[in-house]
Amino acid sequence: MSEAAEHLGLARQRLRELHGPEYWRSLDELAQNDEFQALVEREFPSWAAVWDEVHSRRQFLKLMAASFALAGLSGCGQAPREEIVPYVRQPEGVVPGRPLYYATAMPLSGYATGGLLVKSLLGRPIKVEGNPSHPGSPAAADAPAAAAFGPSDLFAQASVLTLYDPDRAQAATHLGQIRSWEQFQQALSARLQALPRDGDGLCVLTETVTSPTLVAQLEALRRRYPAARWYVHEPVSRDNARAGAIAAFGRPLEPRYHFERADVVLALEADFLNRGAGRLRSTRDFMARRGPAARVAGTMNRLYAIESMPTGTGARADHRLPLRSSQIESFAAAVAARLGVNVAGASTDVGVRPEWIAALADDLARHRGRGVVLAGENQPPLVHALAHALNMSLGNIGQTVRLLAPIEARPEQPAALADLTDRLERREVRVLVILGGNPVYTAPADVPFEAAVAHAGLAVHVSPYRDETAANCHWHIPESHYLETWGDVRAFDGTVSLIQPLIAPLYISRSILEVLAALTASHEGSGHELVRTYWQQRGLPRQDSAGFERAWRRALHDGFIEGAESVEERAALQANWAAAPGAPASSGSDQSLEVLLQPDPTVYDGRFANNGWLQELPKPLSKLTWDNAAYLSPATAVRLGLASAVEQAERANGLEIELIHQGRRLSAPVWVQPGHADGSITLDLGYGRSRAGRVGNRLGVNAYALRPAAAPWHLGGVAVRATGRRRQLATTQTHHLMENRDLVRHGTVQSPPHGPEAGHASRRMSLYPEYRYEGNKWGMTIDLSACTGCGACVVACQAENNIPVVGKDEVLRGREMHWLRVDSYYHGEPAAPQTFFQPVPCMHCENAPCEIVCPVMATVHSSDGLNDMVYNRCVGTRYCSNNCPYKVRRFNFLQYSDFETPSLQLLRNPDVTVRSRGVMEKCTYCVQRIRTVQIDAARDGDRRIRDGEVQTACQSACPARAIVFGDLNDRDAQGRPLSKVAQMQDDPLNYGLLQDLNTRPRTTYLPAISNPNPALPAEWRTT
Amino acid sequence: MDPASPTAAGASPVIEPGHSFGTVTDKISAIVQGQPTSRRWYLGFFATFFFVMVLFYTIANLLMVGVGIWGINIPVAWGFDIVNFVWWIGIGHAGTLISAILLLLRQSWRTSINRFAEAMTLFAVACAGLYPLFHMGRPWFFYWLVPYPNTMDLFPQYRSPLVWDVFAVSTYLLVSLMFWFIGLIPDLATLRDRSQSRVGRVVYGFFAMGWRGSARHWHRYETAYLLMAGLATPLVVSVHTVVSFDFAVATLPGWHATIFPPYFVAGALFSGFAMVLTLAIPIRAMYGLQDMITTRHLQNMAKILLATGLIVAYGYLMEFFMAWYSGNRLEQYTTFNRLHGPYRVLYWALIVCNVVIPQVLWFKRARSSVPLLFVVAMVVNVGMWLERFIIVVVSLHRDFLPSSWGMYYPTIFDWSMFLGTIGLFLCLLLLFVRFLPMISIFEMRTMLPEAHVQANEHSAPTP
Repeated sequence: MSEAAEHLGLARQRLRELHGPEYWRSLDELAQNDEFQALVEREFPSWAAVWDEVHSRRQFLKLMAASFALAGLSGCGQAPREEIVPYVRQPEGVVPGRPLYYATAMPLSGYATGGLLVKSLLGRPIKVEGNPSHPGSPAAADAPAAAAFGPSDLFAQASVLTLYDPDRAQAATHLGQIRSWEQFQQALSARLQALPRDGDGLCVLTETVTSPTLVAQLEALRRRYPAARWYVHEPVSRDNARAGAIAAFGRPLEPRYHFERADVVLALEADFLNRGAGRLRSTRDFMARRGPAARVAGTMNRLYAIESMPTGTGARADHRLPLRSSQIESFAAAVAARLGVNVAGASTDVGVRPEWIAALADDLARHRGRGVVLAGENQPPLVHALAHALNMSLGNIGQTVRLLAPIEARPEQPAALADLTDRLERREVRVLVILGGNPVYTAPADVPFEAAVAHAGLAVHVSPYRDETAANCHWHIPESHYLETWGDVRAFDGTVSLIQPLIAPLYISRSILEVLAALTASHEGSGHELVRTYWQQRGLPRQDSAGFERAWRRALHDGFIEGAESVEERAALQANWAAAPGAPASSGSDQSLEVLLQPDPTVYDGRFANNGWLQELPKPLSKLTWDNAAYLSPATAVRLGLASAVEQAERANGLEIELIHQGRRLSAPVWVQPGHADGSITLDLGYGRSRAGRVGNRLGVNAYALRPAAAPWHLGGVAVRATGRRRQLATTQTHHLMENRDLVRHGTVQSPPHGPEAGHASRRMSLYPEYRYEGNKWGMTIDLSACTGCGACVVACQAENNIPVVGKDEVLRGREMHWLRVDSYYHGEPAAPQTFFQPVPCMHCENAPCEIVCPVMATVHSSDGLNDMVYNRCVGTRYCSNNCPYKVRRFNFLQYSDFETPSLQLLRNPDVTVRSRGVMEKCTYCVQRIRTVQIDAARDGDRRIRDGEVQTACQSACPARAIVFGDLNDRDAQGRPLSKVAQMQDDPLNYGLLQDLNTRPRTTYLPAISNPNPALPAEWRTT
Repeated sequence: MDPASPTAAGASPVIEPGHSFGTVTDKISAIVQGQPTSRRWYLGFFATFFFVMVLFYTIANLLMVGVGIWGINIPVAWGFDIVNFVWWIGIGHAGTLISAILLLLRQSWRTSINRFAEAMTLFAVACAGLYPLFHMGRPWFFYWLVPYPNTMDLFPQYRSPLVWDVFAVSTYLLVSLMFWFIGLIPDLATLRDRSQSRVGRVVYGFFAMGWRGSARHWHRYETAYLLMAGLATPLVVSVHTVVSFDFAVATLPGWHATIFPPYFVAGALFSGFAMVLTLAIPIRAMYGLQDMITTRHLQNMAKILLATGLIVAYGYLMEFFMAWYSGNRLEQYTTFNRLHGPYRVLYWALIVCNVVIPQVLWFKRARSSVPLLFVVAMVVNVGMWLERFIIVVVSLHRDFLPSSWGMYYPTIFDWSMFLGTIGLFLCLLLLFVRFLPMISIFEMRTMLPEAHVQANEHSAPTP
């Protein structure tokens, strides 16, 4: 028996060691190896006979593969604590096959990016949409009334995969042994009773806290144990912005930007469109001033972006200037000086043409009260303070920038991870409770938290995965996913969103609130009670005479508590605002470089490392998947001897370099990024994890190993040497030049583009009479002026359409399965190119080249203009893909869909076929959504489908509203377009990709239009 | 009166002097019946059989795991599978040309190589047929490409060249098989009559279909054979034309070209004759058949090689011209990419193999040097394979949108499938030379002076 257990342990070990692409096929393979078979024979002698029988052996293997997955990883399920409603009578509102949507919110680094509406089918949450009534994810002002969803971000879109991730921790463990929650409570209370009465020695470590209920609980803890300490560690914190606000106003006020009112925006390394808690709102507001309407009305805004690493914001900027991160302070000071805001002692010498700075400053000055200056989190507090000072002097405060009361809750005492580590090393911590996060992995390099945590008398870690921190703590309590718990969280403007569960916890897990309740209260409170009781005691702002219950239900329905957002505060600029800490002086010779750290665009700080959708989502510009890299400019690659010439710098991709900073070393593969500032390297955090799970282990390099606590984003004086090794990097796009082809049309407001084939497409070239679309005629238009390349559409498409993840090896072979891809193109010189994003779904061509070459009619045209794919009929000749000029078709070269893992089966959208090996697939315009609405419309007496009633998954996710879908036949009697898409396709600038092939694509594009400052010639793009 | 007679032609003979009806029959049938099976044959058989097993293994793996074991991807969704398909189909063409067109043109020198070339055709088409079948994602549904009444109420999609392919290739296979078999009947009867063993008598007798050599038999035979030749003749042109439609009908630059049909047919004959030479030269030496497959045959084939090679070269030239003349940037880029892209080495190798080296065949001394001919034929085999690789892969890997450009690297299974079909081809060929007369006995007899002396009195020689 013990031998068998040992073998089982081995098998489990192997299962744990699997990672990356293997994960998707592993369970089955595992069940087929000899060791395992021997083990099963020993373990289940009664089955041995069955085992030999060929026929039932299959059955047995199937069962074993399924149950092994559960047995090996979990223990057991959990009976729901609340009342079970048997479906003897169908509950009201629940119709099998019809989804229900519930409002909730997803906390990320303490903030809710926006409200969410989560689609639930028979109790399974399967798809996330934006909540249009939430201020963080608003519907656009001109959105059709029928449109039900607001925007959402890629992390929210991918969160359903994390919910069903089979690698999640499934039961409480003590030193790796499964224990019950009661055993944990006993162990904890024994330790707590051993503490002094004032709780000295009890330390709580949290991530950023905005949740009012959690704040109240922490206060309750403080009352119970006055000497207990609360620490906060957040790898992607807003500490610099906070310090900058304190320097400027004396209080940590939160700037709330109103981009919809801003004519001129200066972003100082601020990727405000793709990063930060307010990104959805910012993008929506910013792009409201950039669409075709603004272009025609002449109200288009202007964006200046100064940054070292190219971002989506920089790509959409009308003027982008690559500067090293450390130079931006001087640049801002120079702009400020020109505007009469002087910073004593700050250098204004950055080697930028004075005319450039003058033109920018004059532009800001011309738009007093209608401009925004903002700094990115990578920038030191001084730059944030400078931005505030500039806004103040330009009269923007109160107009385009409102200052809100602080949103984050902070402990009063010094509360950084370094302080906790000190206390741990002094052996002063008797009980350490780590609520969320993964501090062992995310700790700065100079904070030896991993070693120190061993000195805690009792270390408890609450997190979703048995990760690096869990391995170093005594107890690990699985943290419930946000879709399984009650809670509350605040958004970028302080709006309180309520988190309500869509499903009972899949495993024996607890939310942070519940664990903290166990720490303070003698009784165990459910998350629901905790949140509800808190708000009942506090009272809801819009609570009327009908009482709490009604307002509470209203808030749950809406997803947020109306009237609970942060209030605007008046503040004057502090006299000594310029004393805020600036960039650390770059020490080092000319040979050294500076390194900029940033959260990874897809796996963030590493918490999403085990999410296959996010790992395989290409990074916005490099299109890199499954890896991070050291991004540097072509000229820097040449300077480091990695490439012989700037033109051939791309060949350096994958070459390994070693970065040496203060004695710490890190080897990372190089990625040559056109437009990156010279003399600087950008590294993404979030990779190099060892205990992320089967998907995320051992991918990329761990940039935390270089990160200092004092300056967490910026390392000066980094020595670099080439190691001579090369690593394989999997990218989905290898060529980023347009080769003089008419792909992304671009121009300026002053001189909009007209393509060489203008008017060409309207000429019909066919001998056959045109098909008349009597009913709907679906079409899509994508506004290239708006796309920021964030990738939310790609993940939304993946979630909606059951698109499999293929793994790094398959991406290397060029077999990624995304139905929608976002191409990035560079135009101009490699040092500072213009960057364009082009989302490419299926074009649903009127003359589809794929249709005529399919030998079996597996791809055909529908009567409402869709290019349909019939999976059942496909025999897999792949001719359609060869003949598709847009290469949007994807082929199941292997069995990519995971039919085995039970928890992943819960994730599937039942309205979309899960494709098996050997068939072609591609974008369907979310045909399942179209048909649902059509059926509803037919049932309502054949009414006309309203514009916006059908939204594709990509469209509803897009914060920039770049993607518009609808009925092209939606016109009035005079033929004037009624639907938004028809209006856009009637735009004179509207064009089809490769339309001279006469494919007559249904998906069309509006060109990328910029609004450059006429005083700034385009060739001044570099310093 | 008979321009085909060796003396009338004035060139070197198509059969060496000293042969009579009897010696021809003895010599050819001895390979099948008299001589003990040589050690070299066994060696060759087992070597090729090993590769047949490799092929079976690859196919089994393919069926279990999927076409993903190959290196294909998006954008290069066709790789070695279609390259090899076109290559094998092309090789088959020489057999049909020799047996059908040269028969109708009364090029009687063809007699000593036609049987052998027809067998080559059959085996090449068999190898070719494996690829479109197994390159499908779900090969078990291959019959959906065939029109048959079904409950789905669906026929194939007739606008797709792949459906035309099904008809073209299956027709080709059937006609080639019948043509070959009809031509074999008199010789099968000869083997039946000469068989020492009962098994031989029964098996050869079964397939001889009661041939007795009566005048009526000969009359029927001649009519049938001519009819089959007439049927097979358009196939020489049609099959590769249809195969070229797979590419020409598509939108892809590098595929979408009107010159493809003639260019493909010429290329097919080019590669086919190269393969006939590649096989004929060693077999001729191995079985001492220099007196029947003479240097005259080799020289004639070399001339055809040269002629078809020039047409192919013209095709390349026209592709350049059209790229320039069309003014189409995409076409121009495709041409540029062939010359300077990542696969440029293969393109230049193709030019050397198919255009430069075959020019030595202008010289009679080169044409009469058997080793040199063998080398040139091998070079052309490689060159024509490269041509298909260039057309299929290099056109696909960089098409319209630079964002979707990619690379194709064959995997071990791409190679094992390719080597496996070569093994199958050679293995079948070895079985053929061992069990069937590789040169038509009765037709060779008509080449003898004896036949012509009696030609005025007898309608046909007796077997």
